[in-house]
Amino acid sequence: MYRITAREDLAPVTKLFKVHAPEVARKAKAGQFVIVRINEEGERVPLTVADYDRESGEITIVFQEVGKTTKQMGTMKVGDEFASFVGPLGQPTEIENYGTVMVVGGGVGIAPIYPIARSLREAGNKVIAIIGARNQGLLFWEDKMRSVSDELIVCTDDGSYARKALVTEPMKEILSSDHKPNIIWAIGPAIMMKFAALATQPFGVKTIVSLNSIMVDGTGMCGACRVEVGGKTKFVCVDGPEFDGHQVDWGLLLDRQRIYVDQEKRATERFEQHAHGECCGEGK
Amino acid sequence: MAKIGPRNEMPRQDPQVRGRNFNEVALGYSAEQALAEAQRCLQCKDPTCREGCPVNVRIPEFILALREGDMWRSVEMLKDKNNLPAICGRVCPQETQCEEKCVLGKKFEPVAIGRLERYVSDWEIGQGVRKPALAPSTGKRVAVIGAGPAGLTCAGDLAKLGHQVTLFEALHAPGGVLIYGIPEFRLPKSIVGTEVQYVQSLGVELRLNNVVGKLATVDELFAMGYDAIFLGTGAGLPMFMNIPGENLNGVYSANEFLTRTNLMKAYKFPEYDTPIMIGKQVAVIGAGNVAMDSARCALRLGADRVQVVYRRTKAEAPARAEELANAEEEGIEFHYLTNPISILGTEKGWVKGIRLQKQQLGEPDASGRPRPVPIPGSEYEEEVDMVVMALGTRPNPMVFTDTPSLERSRHGTVVANEENGRTKRARIWSGGDIVTGAATVISAMGAGKRAAADMDAFLKNPDQEWWVEPSAKPAHE
Ligand SMILES: Cc1cc2nc3c(=O)[nH]c(=O)nc-3n(C[C@H](O)[C@H](O)[C@H](O)COP(=O)(O)OP(=O)(O)OC[C@H]3O[C@@H](n4cnc5c(N)ncnc54)[C@H](O)[C@@H]3O)c2cc1C
Ligand code: FES
Repeated sequence: MYRITAREDLAPVTKLFKVHAPEVARKAKAGQFVIVRINEEGERVPLTVADYDRESGEITIVFQEVGKTTKQMGTMKVGDEFASFVGPLGQPTEIENYGTVMVVGGGVGIAPIYPIARSLREAGNKVIAIIGARNQGLLFWEDKMRSVSDELIVCTDDGSYARKALVTEPMKEILSSDHKPNIIWAIGPAIMMKFAALATQPFGVKTIVSLNSIMVDGTGMCGACRVEVGGKTKFVCVDGPEFDGHQVDWGLLLDRQRIYVDQEKRATERFEQHAHGECCGEGK
Repeated sequence: MAKIGPRNEMPRQDPQVRGRNFNEVALGYSAEQALAEAQRCLQCKDPTCREGCPVNVRIPEFILALREGDMWRSVEMLKDKNNLPAICGRVCPQETQCEEKCVLGKKFEPVAIGRLERYVSDWEIGQGVRKPALAPSTGKRVAVIGAGPAGLTCAGDLAKLGHQVTLFEALHAPGGVLIYGIPEFRLPKSIVGTEVQYVQSLGVELRLNNVVGKLATVDELFAMGYDAIFLGTGAGLPMFMNIPGENLNGVYSANEFLTRTNLMKAYKFPEYDTPIMIGKQVAVIGAGNVAMDSARCALRLGADRVQVVYRRTKAEAPARAEELANAEEEGIEFHYLTNPISILGTEKGWVKGIRLQKQQLGEPDASGRPRPVPIPGSEYEEEVDMVVMALGTRPNPMVFTDTPSLERSRHGTVVANEENGRTKRARIWSGGDIVTGAATVISAMGAGKRAAADMDAFLKNPDQEWWVEPSAKPAHE
């Protein structure tokens, strides 16, 4: 069992856990992910590693409450345990000194972009960072990101905080400026990564994205996670999760993310009714 | 010798009923039926049935003990060569192994060896499995990687011999294909659980959620003080056909479909969290055990129509005869000499049909089976909303991250000696599907057993020259 050692509510629906998994923490690198399972009935869900501490043996994960499992995770407390916590899976980010790099984190994607930015900075890169979210409430880690970047631009879609813009706007400005990056990492919801890749394509700057496909095992055994990159089928869990955003078939990824929307809805409703029933039962 | 009666049928759930539930199909012999079947055995002096068995189970002996009412002796005879008889009795392709060689089969039907094997081992499970005496501790440590039939057998045998064994498993449940692939209605998970508990009761430490190659690597395991390693990570990598439409929503690899259904218990959704698509019109491509399991799971999940599409004929279908018959009885349709050429989708990316082409049998290919040859102009379409690709699997390369010195074949299988499991790399043994490619439970178990014997000899006398010059020719591949 894998114990939760710390919890932080980054935003109303965005939660951070530190989980005691010393073997995983010993090996994890920026760009990799873990697969967690709450309990015996639980599904296996992939979450990108947001940080690791080799000494304390902790892995940090950040998740947004969207479906049944993440909502249920939202009810977990320090001391609670995950039944499974498998990793580190996938290929780590290729950290090198590229010169100037741009990292872009959208929404919950700010979490996985952080260790990448930090590793790139440690490797001697000049790091230009952009973080954005739909509104102020969904934004987090501004300070952490500032501490690992040479320049940080913050924006919200609705202008409730900092600059009112989609992340693609400052991206294009920087690409047109005289400190154009040599390579870009953009991580966030699939739709944001798609538009980030479209925005950078005309500038010919390689743009790496971290794909969040549906997974089961995370070890290459099932093919649930398959995507097409450069016209070839790839398994996100073993070949990725990072790919060249200009080569990804975004339509396919977005379609495949919708396979279980109906079931997800049913499960979420059932969970919420159940949670509600429990809370009211206790009150009596 | 009394007159030879007909083979005793084993009671099974009614096809109409079982097609909609996940309970075990075959119900097993009663004591009377088992005894009557055991009486049919001729007790040959030169038992050919044993030759047909990949691990030479002492078949006449266990049947004789059963006949004489000495059940514990029967168990002992059975388990002398086979660590997993309750499983093998259910899943072995007996018709091409022991039963094919049974002398009775020449004139009558062969003795139902598999059903008797199942009867005796289920009897044992009912008694509460007895723990054998363990050899005194040798102080040697062994890492066994992969908790499928090969790994479980190897780990169990080494523990009995006094070695300290750690069994590493990537998934959250042990059993390999037995737990993630083969469905409950064919092999109840409680039986796999009993076998795993038995192995643990011998002192084997089971470490789940542990992907070797990603957590510890093989080199690190040696550095951590393991004296020997057995690689039994199976052949878990699914194959696709590379035809248009294969990534549409509604196309599953059999591995994904079966893992969701069996390991993750999606058939109990939403009680269990993992969802699965319920296809109404399902096409399953392939005709092996994996295809039969997929087709029958799809039916049980609620499909109206399930079609198996296979490019050769029934005679070449690799599935166990019993499962083909079960599937037919349950109303699964079979389209032989047919091959998919593309999968058709809706604008939103969901499967809506499949384009098929008729085949005819040609000259034998490398596998010795007649090669299917497409018939031009025979293309046609079927309306389906789900397709399961059950085309076979290859070894998963994840475990090899740091072992480039481990020689592998073109197909990604590990090159290992068939008799003793030694790989080209010192102190690493290997066996099961990772060496042979997708094969059978009994052959994986046998490989685990032979490797354990060789590893034991090595651990007791490591100074002898075990790995001669690196160019030594392997017996296999
Ligand atoms: C659906 C299906 C039905 C079948 N039906 C039959 C049948 O009726 N009769 C029959 O005889 N055979 C059948 N087979 C074949 C049989 O199950 C296999 O031949 C047998 O299980 C192989 O055993 P194994 O121990 O070599 O590998 P597996 O059973 O594949 O076990 C390997 C284990 O290693 C684990 N692993 C992989 N990589 C790593 C890693 N890096 N670190 C740690 N662990 C790892 C895997 O998770 C798995 O648990 C069937 C197979 C399938 C898929
Ligand atoms: S999640 Fe199963 S292969 Fe990638």
